Amino acid sequence: MKPKNPFKLKGAEPLSQEQVEALEFLEPSRRNFLKTAGIMMVGFSTAGALATKANAQSPINPSGTIDNTQVDNWIAIGADESITILAGKHELGQGMRTVQLQLAAEELSVPLDRITLVLGITGITPNQGLTVGSLSTLTQFGTAGLRVALDTARDALLTMASQYLDTPVSDLAVTDGVVWSKSNPSARVSYGNLIYGQRFNLKLDPTAVPKDPSTWTVLGQAVGRLDIPAKSKGTFQYVQKVRVPGMLHGKVVRPPTLGAHVQSIDTGVLKGMPGNPQAVQVNDFVGVVADTEWHALNAAAALASVISWSDGDTLPAQADLYTYMTQQPSADSFQTNTGDVDKVMATAAKTLTARYLYPYQMHGALASSCAVADVRGGTGKTATVKVWSATQGVYFMQTTLAVLLGIPASNIQVYFVDGSGCYGHNGADPATFDAALLSQAVGKPVRLQYSRRDEMTAGEHYGHPTVATVKVGLDANGGILAWDYETIKMQRGEGAINVPGNGIPGALAGFPTSPQGVPTATPNNPTAATLSNGSNYIPSYVTSSLNGVNYGTGKVSSHRVLLRVVASPLWTAWLRSPDRLQNTFAHESFMDEIAASLKVDPVAYRLRFLSDQRLINVVNVTAQQALWDPRPSPKPGNARTGVVTGRGFACVLYEGNNGYCAMVAEVSVDQDKGITTVTKVTTSLDSGPVCNPDGIRNQMEGQVIQGISRALVEEVKWRGNIITSGDWASYPVLSFGDPLPQIVTIPINNLKASPTGAGETTITIISAAIANAIFDATGVRVRQVPFTPANFLAAKAAQKV
Amino acid sequence: MATFSLQVNGQASNVTIDDPSTPLLYVLQETYQLNGPKFGCGLGQCGACTVLLDGQPIRSCITPISDAAGHSVTSMEGLRALEGLPNPDELHPVQQAFLLDQAMQCGYCVAGPMLYGYAFVRDNPGASRADIERALSGLLCRCCAHNRMISALQRYAEGNF
Repeated sequence: MKPKNPFKLKGAEPLSQEQVEALEFLEPSRRNFLKTAGIMMVGFSTAGALATKANAQSPINPSGTIDNTQVDNWIAIGADESITILAGKHELGQGMRTVQLQLAAEELSVPLDRITLVLGITGITPNQGLTVGSLSTLTQFGTAGLRVALDTARDALLTMASQYLDTPVSDLAVTDGVVWSKSNPSARVSYGNLIYGQRFNLKLDPTAVPKDPSTWTVLGQAVGRLDIPAKSKGTFQYVQKVRVPGMLHGKVVRPPTLGAHVQSIDTGVLKGMPGNPQAVQVNDFVGVVADTEWHALNAAAALASVISWSDGDTLPAQADLYTYMTQQPSADSFQTNTGDVDKVMATAAKTLTARYLYPYQMHGALASSCAVADVRGGTGKTATVKVWSATQGVYFMQTTLAVLLGIPASNIQVYFVDGSGCYGHNGADPATFDAALLSQAVGKPVRLQYSRRDEMTAGEHYGHPTVATVKVGLDANGGILAWDYETIKMQRGEGAINVPGNGIPGALAGFPTSPQGVPTATPNNPTAATLSNGSNYIPSYVTSSLNGVNYGTGKVSSHRVLLRVVASPLWTAWLRSPDRLQNTFAHESFMDEIAASLKVDPVAYRLRFLSDQRLINVVNVTAQQALWDPRPSPKPGNARTGVVTGRGFACVLYEGNNGYCAMVAEVSVDQDKGITTVTKVTTSLDSGPVCNPDGIRNQMEGQVIQGISRALVEEVKWRGNIITSGDWASYPVLSFGDPLPQIVTIPINNLKASPTGAGETTITIISAAIANAIFDATGVRVRQVPFTPANFLAAKAAQKV
Repeated sequence: MATFSLQVNGQASNVTIDDPSTPLLYVLQETYQLNGPKFGCGLGQCGACTVLLDGQPIRSCITPISDAAGHSVTSMEGLRALEGLPNPDELHPVQQAFLLDQAMQCGYCVAGPMLYGYAFVRDNPGASRADIERALSGLLCRCCAHNRMISALQRYAEGNF
């Protein structure tokens, strides 16, 4: 059958030599895909005319911006039937590469292995912001993401096929990328013959209809992760193994205290050291480059020994941190406020209040962060930059590097390359800025990998410490009349997104940091446009009403939530379930406290105030699966010495719209030593139709164990003005050999809803579930994370249990 | 300059290097271009750099090249070669077990649990799940795929791959 070209052919724009070189640093599996796939073949082929006809064309502008509303910026189909998908949600170990491929295969009705997926290259992939917040599935299945591009493309192909086969679209079906007529199955035409390597020239159509999840054949299946074979063999190439010709190795030399300035450096110490080491200084940014990593490490140690630093910042004493937080000026805003809380609270038969404390915690990426930067031509309009980075967002990296280096963004190309699991704003971006500063100074490509101490004390940004105070007023029947919540969180920098000084390297190099905690005259109330529960400041049990409309998941109609942001002495940014975890720890612990004070079952008590049917459902499913015994806490009959057991419950609608989850945690507690062991966790998640059942279980299991680590063990420490949590001995986390719980995961395959996130839901509720279980077992209420033996025993003594 | 002879994934070779205290990890990454052993902490605390030295797991980030001289070094990539299995580019059975159980998330740590587990199962036929769990003590997996990795090693121990 002779192919017919319904569209006019436009000029092909082959990949540049530089892009082809860059693609060589992709892991072999992707490289092999690329060699056989349409769009990239253009770059690998020298036969220009042939390539023009045979291969799919996507408008590639390596340094430019991408119009996300154009189908051609998401999908390209070659005459050879190859399909290339361009997407902006990165693989962070969470399985997004595989899910995005499943989505493409599903909506286009093509086999998985026909698709090449390209992630995170500026000027090539769509600008989808950051890969954060458990938002990738929500975004890609939403009304402006990959799903719509695919459905728009598929509909266009069906329209073309309808003309070509002279039969209505309703008569068409697609199998393995071949459109065929249901009334005349021998009438058929392939995607490749329809589009024939040309552009769609179509805007994304938000009304394009996705496949009904009940008909899914690729999504919904436990498709194995595409990266796991190479990762199992040990051949997978992470950003830590990117090497470019002429590359040097760099190391940074950080000040021993925050805010210290360089007084003097004697770079003569490097003279004669092996590897031709060269010092780099930009204000207080100091580093060194040498021919090998080992030489660079030794040179950095030598340089560190001859720098004189000023004293730097004074940190509050660690023991006084939470008091210090309450005494600082704050930038205040109401997240919800019905305006009647004080009045209603005054009518209450009884009020209860409690305060919950959450420390600085680390991402603690297993790999010390690493990036390769190649800055040529110094600074200004003629300079160029290429970076290979495990960043969460290549476009933000591009625009921030432009400011940091004084080079136009259009001259900067950023390639995402997988790093180790990131869990938020770990050291990936700072390492990239460091590598770029070093490369700019020496005019050669530089690979920088942090030492463990660099990573933990002056690379990554920590999660927010929080002081959260909850108060409720109860009526005579135990009904909640009003919920009043005030949370204080500390921030510094919050990640260099277009503001280099909001990250450690940029600030050292002299860029200003955005101020935090600047008080406003009066805190603002939310408007219909700004009201959201994206950080779960608002508890599940209130109506969250505004102008007579209920946005919440609960029934309590009087409520006030005040956020106070104060300036942090340590650098902070988003850490897995940022603020959502801290707030949910407070609200879900407090709900348990109210139920205990009323001597009622904490699950039944929750259900009394919930209105959202999906949240109610996960609560019921989880309780049933865990064989929840309805009774008040603490558990009757437990001794107050020795080892006892108990169970605790927690639930939340993550981010107000991004996954319903509930959990029962079972613990045993050695009350004399204060040691808590989580023995079993039963947890359910309704995030709509399950895209990959094994992938979602893997995410839920990982969050359970990481959540236990954060609840029981993790806390950033400092002494005097020096951060002492600089390795895995001084920042312990749950490791192999520590007790592991039995984990029962219950992904609820809700086919009626739209798919949402699964990457941060489960970890949001585990601290509260464990705290509630500890109370059930022991009668001791732990309100300070982590629940270490010292914190447990202090609470036990203070509460005279 | 000093020259050291070592056998890497079955191949005998010599390495000339200026500093005998250079960690084995860097030599494996740069001279042998291996991706299996990875830099995690540089302190011997996490296990991402694990290789087998004469069949026994060690942390290559804190092992000087001089200590590895005269020995055989096996990285994840070389497990099949170590056992003389054909098709060295295919997955070793223990790797097949990790694949079957999808026993990782980012996979950066996996050299530690895989190689410590492999050596333990080899030396302790009939090892129980609890035995395997103990044998991995101290290794880190920050994505927290612990249970899956232990399951994969149990699967390997039982020959169920």
